[in-house]
Amino acid sequence: MSFTPTSALPEIPDPYSVPLDTIDVSDPRLFATQTWHRFAKRIREEDPVHFLRESPFGPFWSITRFEDIKFVDSNHELFSSEPFIVIGDPGEDLPLDMFIAMDPPKHDVQRNAVQPVVAPKNLAEMEGLIRQRIADILDGLPTGEVIDWVSAVSVELTSMTLATILDFPLEDRAKLPYWSDLAAGTEEISGGNVDPQERIEALQEMAATFGALWQDKVARLEAGEELGFDLISLLVKDPETRDMVTRPTEFMGNLLLLIVGGNDTTRNSISASVLGFNKFPEEFAKLKANPKLIPSMVSEVIRWQTPLSHMRRIATQDVELNGKTIRKGDKVVMWYASGNRDEEVIERPNELIIDRPKVRQHLSFGFGIHRCMGNRLGEMQLRLVWEEILKRFDKIEVVGEDQRLHSNFVNGITSLPVRILPKVSV
Amino acid sequence: MIKVTMISHDGERFELDAEPGISLMEAAVNNAVPGIDGDCGGECACGTCHIKVAAEWREKTGAPGDDESAMLSMTPEQGENSRLACQISLDESLNGLVVEMPEFQM
Repeated sequence: MSFTPTSALPEIPDPYSVPLDTIDVSDPRLFATQTWHRFAKRIREEDPVHFLRESPFGPFWSITRFEDIKFVDSNHELFSSEPFIVIGDPGEDLPLDMFIAMDPPKHDVQRNAVQPVVAPKNLAEMEGLIRQRIADILDGLPTGEVIDWVSAVSVELTSMTLATILDFPLEDRAKLPYWSDLAAGTEEISGGNVDPQERIEALQEMAATFGALWQDKVARLEAGEELGFDLISLLVKDPETRDMVTRPTEFMGNLLLLIVGGNDTTRNSISASVLGFNKFPEEFAKLKANPKLIPSMVSEVIRWQTPLSHMRRIATQDVELNGKTIRKGDKVVMWYASGNRDEEVIERPNELIIDRPKVRQHLSFGFGIHRCMGNRLGEMQLRLVWEEILKRFDKIEVVGEDQRLHSNFVNGITSLPVRILPKVSV
Repeated sequence: MIKVTMISHDGERFELDAEPGISLMEAAVNNAVPGIDGDCGGECACGTCHIKVAAEWREKTGAPGDDESAMLSMTPEQGENSRLACQISLDESLNGLVVEMPEFQM
């Protein structure tokens, strides 16, 4: 596959000035420049099941309406998750197998092995620890001066949480988002600008690091030690997965799945919540007046941000959808970011409305057997962040432009300059 | 009206009167029963309306379908009497139904 460097592409046109069938919502520049939603809106209204004949990712269908996305996502017999769930392919040089990109029955076995790590019962035990870390992070922030919310809070908290569920050395936690950012960030996978060579080297380092952690768990298990409920311990203990380390593509694939799943998503929702309250200050006033709205606000932020813009499937047979015939073997991309702005289902979808009805009914976690496994962990972190913010701060003021990731997969906020105004003590 | 009792994991009882024809999930959400989310709106696709049917009602509610079983298998709290409330349509034969709710939804 050959790539046109995005710098050589023409300027981004007005979405209504180009022929409908040439609109390419996989163009990562649309995300980086925050013009994507205008293109998605045109497709959603005029050609909701949209076929693009030529793109850097080959021909693909875009599914843009809420109900159609729900249909595709929940019919895994018609739409396979194999071989990969991002629009581009990861390349031959470093094959990865992960259960999100497997169909039943193999998917079920591997997912069930790791599910307990983020099971709500496990999370209830982690809540106190996560709350304390949030308190420490917030108490350590300078007030009155400009800081980057993304690195100071969003990345810091989510990498600590990841280190905990992986039982990864806390002092090395910065490696986790580094590996995660590289994993899905190449041009071939998601239109990103990660250097493929840097990616390979980082993932080799990651394999060696986690291989050593795995061997350490095995040694402790053999010495009669009781292993914990971290991810690697669960995989080592489960008879179905205890030899996963001997299948490196699967070992790395599933680790990366959990790291990307736990890193890029919650991080960007935490950043989006601060951004959203600055764009819609009346919603922040609502929250301050009624902190019981926090859980509802959390769901609304996750809808509004849609941390993962899409998931990809391959049709296993010809399927009629909204008047179009998707052929067996076609690539089908469900644009969650579009479905979450579908005016037919969600009123005033571009606005953050923290007390909207049916607030939990959004697409960000996906539906069906591949539904997000860490949804409750993500929601919990966002809830705790805002419970602790409201105790301390009067306002988190955005003082500059948010910077966006060059990716059609991770809907990322890479920096967000803010100033914190503490509560005035009486 | 169909009478339904939903019991939380810590023993709190919620007595509902539901219109015949709606699902148990809808009845719970309409009555703001805590712990039933119904994130997918009732299409057997999110697993957040998991309940356990009381022994004496299991025959009448029947067994989960294939898609429902696939979703239920994803929660560590699954038991042999597990169902998704969105897949139980309330009719006269279920008047008096008693179900328990798990501590956590997936």
